[in-house]
Amino acid sequence: MRLLLATAVALALAAPALASERHPTLGELEGEVMCPTCKTTLDQSTAPIADRIRQFITARIAAGDTKSEIKQKLVAQFGPAVLAEPSKHGFNLLAWVLPFVGIGLGAVVLGLLAWRWSRAREPAIAGAAAAARLDPELDRRVDEELARFDG
Amino acid sequence: MPRRLKLGLQTLSVAVVAGLLALLVWRVVHQDKGVASQLAKGKRPVAPAFHLSRLDRSGKLSLAGLRGKVVVLNFWASWCNPCKTEVPRLEAAWQHYRSRGVVVVGVDAQDFSGDARTFMRRHGVTYPNVHDGPGDVLPKYGITGFPETFFVGRDGRLVGERVAGEISRQALTAGIERALKT
Repeated sequence: MRLLLATAVALALAAPALASERHPTLGELEGEVMCPTCKTTLDQSTAPIADRIRQFITARIAAGDTKSEIKQKLVAQFGPAVLAEPSKHGFNLLAWVLPFVGIGLGAVVLGLLAWRWSRAREPAIAGAAAAARLDPELDRRVDEELARFDG
Repeated sequence: MPRRLKLGLQTLSVAVVAGLLALLVWRVVHQDKGVASQLAKGKRPVAPAFHLSRLDRSGKLSLAGLRGKVVVLNFWASWCNPCKTEVPRLEAAWQHYRSRGVVVVGVDAQDFSGDARTFMRRHGVTYPNVHDGPGDVLPKYGITGFPETFFVGRDGRLVGERVAGEISRQALTAGIERALKT
């Protein structure tokens, strides 16, 4: 049952990505492709070459190319820097891995700090509780006063 | 945390931040402005090498292979309007000076190679042209826009001034004549 559920969830998540790969839109690709002259994504650029790349993408979509095929053709013309996302191999893999390493290290440091902080507080709380206890003499006098008041 | 360890970590953090800041400052100060800045100071730097695919025929062309000739190096793109108006002058110069050991070389950059070939056909370009789609050669020369033209002497060093923007017939002739004297 769990396996079925997991498969259904995985399929539900994968379906839009698959549709986007097979039937990409210009809007999607405009955010994933860089303008070579202005070094921004196409959706931020009005440069002549950005317009030309938009035309090219539109023509390739009409011809039935997948997103990967269009990107490959652009890389063949303009090099890998035309893609907004770095590739997932070689040195560029660092760009994908390092943020997770940073998050992991940050979590470890935060955990250590929280642990130290909670340990430092324990004796302080115990001390505060001890200090809050009444002096026996004072305690006796309070009891006497209360008994007199009740009587 | 022991006091010495804490102090060490703090010092390390400050050192890392200071190092990154120094790196940023160094990068800004020593930004690669290409050979154009040396040329502007009156120096004659060696023309940065390239080895790129040809647009006018199959194979590759390397600048080093043209040593001993005067090279008019023109950076252009098919989507650049001034490139369209100057191209007849470059073609005329190629026709006029080729017998004297002058080669006009076009470097089409940040452009589709198909568009570049269409441009060359449409404008009757017969001089050698190469394709630098990613524009890797541009920073070496300090190119800031298209078109730009450089003159390379027979010794492989740049000569005269770079011409940023559309080149006039006079500037082209003067640049070639000057390079021919090297």
